[in-house]
Amino acid sequence: MTRVCRADLLIPGRGVAALVEDRQVAIFLLPTGELCAIGNRDPFSGANVLSRGIVGSKGDVVTVASPVYKQRFDLRTGVCVDDESVRVPVFRTRVADGWVEVSC
Amino acid sequence: MTSRRTIVVAGHGMVGHKLVDLLVARGALERHRIVVIGEEPRPAYDRVHLSAFFDGAGAADLSLVPDGFFSQPGLALVTGTRITEIDRERRVVTTDDGREHTYDELVLATGSYPFVPPIDGRDAEGCFVYRTIDDLEAIAEFAAGCRRGAVVGGGLLGLEAASALRTLGLDTAVVEFATRLMPVQVDELGGEVLRRHVEDLGVEVHTDFATSSIERGDRGQVLALVADGGRRVEADLVVFSAGIRPRDELARSCGLAVADRGGVVVDDACRTEDPHIWAIGECAHVAGRTWGLVGPGYQMARVVADRLTGVGDAVFTGGDLSTKLKLLGVEVASFGDTSADHESVAFTDRIAGVHRRVFVDADERRVVGGVLVGDASGYDGLAAMARGDLPTPSAIGGLVAPSAAPAASGGVGAMPDSAQVCSCNNVSKGAVRAAIAEGCHDVAGLKRCTSVGTGCGGCVPMVTELLNTELATAGIVVDDRLCEHFTHSRQELFDLVRLEGIASFSELLGRHGTGLGCEICKPAVASMLASLGGGHILRGEQAALQDTNDHFLANLQRDGTYSVVPRVPGGEITPAQLIAIGEVARDFDLYTKITGGQRIDLFGAQVHQLPHIWQRLIDAGMESGHAYGKALRTVKSCVGSTWCRYGVQDSVAMAIALELRYRGLRAPHKIKMAVSGCTRECAEAQGKDVGVIATETGWNLYVAGNGGARPQHAVLFATDVDDETLVRYIDRFLMFYVRTADRLERTATWFNKLVGGIDHLRRVIVDDVLGIGAELDEQMARHVETYACEWRGALESPELLGRFRTFVNSDEPDPTLVYIRERGQRLPA
Repeated sequence: MTRVCRADLLIPGRGVAALVEDRQVAIFLLPTGELCAIGNRDPFSGANVLSRGIVGSKGDVVTVASPVYKQRFDLRTGVCVDDESVRVPVFRTRVADGWVEVSC
Repeated sequence: MTSRRTIVVAGHGMVGHKLVDLLVARGALERHRIVVIGEEPRPAYDRVHLSAFFDGAGAADLSLVPDGFFSQPGLALVTGTRITEIDRERRVVTTDDGREHTYDELVLATGSYPFVPPIDGRDAEGCFVYRTIDDLEAIAEFAAGCRRGAVVGGGLLGLEAASALRTLGLDTAVVEFATRLMPVQVDELGGEVLRRHVEDLGVEVHTDFATSSIERGDRGQVLALVADGGRRVEADLVVFSAGIRPRDELARSCGLAVADRGGVVVDDACRTEDPHIWAIGECAHVAGRTWGLVGPGYQMARVVADRLTGVGDAVFTGGDLSTKLKLLGVEVASFGDTSADHESVAFTDRIAGVHRRVFVDADERRVVGGVLVGDASGYDGLAAMARGDLPTPSAIGGLVAPSAAPAASGGVGAMPDSAQVCSCNNVSKGAVRAAIAEGCHDVAGLKRCTSVGTGCGGCVPMVTELLNTELATAGIVVDDRLCEHFTHSRQELFDLVRLEGIASFSELLGRHGTGLGCEICKPAVASMLASLGGGHILRGEQAALQDTNDHFLANLQRDGTYSVVPRVPGGEITPAQLIAIGEVARDFDLYTKITGGQRIDLFGAQVHQLPHIWQRLIDAGMESGHAYGKALRTVKSCVGSTWCRYGVQDSVAMAIALELRYRGLRAPHKIKMAVSGCTRECAEAQGKDVGVIATETGWNLYVAGNGGARPQHAVLFATDVDDETLVRYIDRFLMFYVRTADRLERTATWFNKLVGGIDHLRRVIVDDVLGIGAELDEQMARHVETYACEWRGALESPELLGRFRTFVNSDEPDPTLVYIRERGQRLPA
């Protein structure tokens, strides 16, 4: 696990991007306190922007919408809910000693 | 193979064009050549909505002919040319330029001309008729030097003309020969109620007025209308609107039969005694009379189109003369048989200005006709009863109670599929339902695929109702809910936030929503909170609601970088600021481009660079341009009277004042404005949400224009207003829009859906009929008072600044960005 930032830096319902061993990771703190991490790259636009999307829900699924063309990704599985043939990687993440950690 | 036959259409008005349209649609061009010869200098336009010309619609807006229509092979339009002679032997028409056109079939669609009574002085300077765009242009030009206008004729067209004169700023009078206004359509009491409405608008009404002569001044100009008995109405502009007469002179001169009171006599196939000559529209005498409405004219066009293409043997046996319209803001409708020999039930409320009468067949207890003045609600249902498409309920008295839509009998839902919805284009309810079933789920789509509502437009409310019922029946939710998290529309949510004083998204979601919210409702609510003065948009919980543009106060580009736009109010910029922008762009290697809104856009900035860029711009005296927000963008201006030889007002100063007043105002969508210093309109204000054009004595205000993919001309809202009035109107317009529009709805779309259109908008903003004027003013005053530059606020807050990082754990830039250089600048690869 790699430490990326202090947990109190995260805003509930928003994401941050981290550079972990040359991989770009988008880390989100949900309003429920749950922490999620997916790849930062938006497969539709090719830009590294998913950390900057808006977090929301579709039924029970918690999603982030790409800020470029608005496709939504399930934050827990990485599957694009608007086109299930597309998915982004999901990473393990947790808070330890007040730090956010990610495993790539 | 037989050679192509030629159809010549004489006249290119609404009915002539409808015929051509139908012929083309029925494949006529495969075997025919069609030559259309029109006398007016322009292709067919919407004469029914002619008065829109004075509300700012141009000739192009009224045109009925899509671009490129007449470039189809085999189709030709000759405008500005009159047919002078028909040679039936040789089947040739001669035009006034001496050319000859041979025909196999000739269709007369020459329409009618305005009747001018043969009185002394009728050709005085300042006398006009009201029929063509040329007439209107001449009236508008002449009116500039006039104070008082008078209309001869208080019928439907006369009141239209009076409305136009009033819009042109003239004191207006209407004189009518009969004892009441609109004698053909309404009864005595209805005429009385209508008269009060018209007089309340400041229009003088003189009934029982038989104009006998026009009094002239020493230059031959109009001074007054004089009636038998010596009554006198002063005017320096006169419009004759005393009825129309068929243009049947071509038929007369080639020996075709013409009716006693005019009109080319045709059989029920609209064919004259010459089997190769047809007549349709207002010039035709068919089924025992002439027909002065577009609906029956379109029916005739359909009959002839069917016959000429051999697809059918339809006949015209009579048309629907029902009318429903809004004249000078008053609803007037008449339908079916309104002859006095029927029993009738009436309701008259002189105080509210409402008169409703339905005529009933006493034996069958069935509605046969009616007259509605001041409140035409329920018209669709009542007219359907008169046509026999709906049963008449037993309690007939209830039908005339005001605002009593005949819901008891089911409205449009209860009509059979064969019932006609659009009488102009003969579209049945069944045809509309079929189109809905095939996937047309909005009114615009239905207009495209069935032509419903594209004639006089009177059936659009009924079509909307039908669409909604059909979709509801099919289980397709007519959904104005914002998203799955709220069952409310944006307007409802806005009112909840405003009235309950809700200060955060979580509070609103907790009280009225479900789930976590989403990318639709979060920014929409963030915008409402900001419109209502919620403080810095990145403070506290609001930060999580913002779209990425608002979250980083910059515009996301396709490679994930952002662009930066400093505000340049009115497009005025100092050399020092230009240099500062240039230096920032050079030092951060930003691609630089001038925008359409008279500003400068700097592209290719990464998140972590934004605060550094903005620190330097703010140090140079600039501020956020809100290019990233659904907010006021720019107020474009021309250079105005300061420099320009033609300018009549200081457009730059006004543009700057407006931009500084409304900067930062969050709205359902972006807002663009412009100010032009004279009528040359170099700032293109009529393509903006709010457009201001200088006049000699003040400003003309235009609203709800749009550029982009669906350009729309702005509508003239007020003329010659002073600075203070201008600002008050714009304040209220913007706040009313912010309050009531849908999410991501520009002012043009919002305005198009606004029931009552520009008149309603004026009543809300100018007359304050909703009683919300003070509230709107107060909301805008609060916005102006609390405005603060969002970038300055961010730079002053260490907490906010901490968010502007590309990576939360590294100072590296995004390693995946790749650039090339082209034309001296850095572009994404």
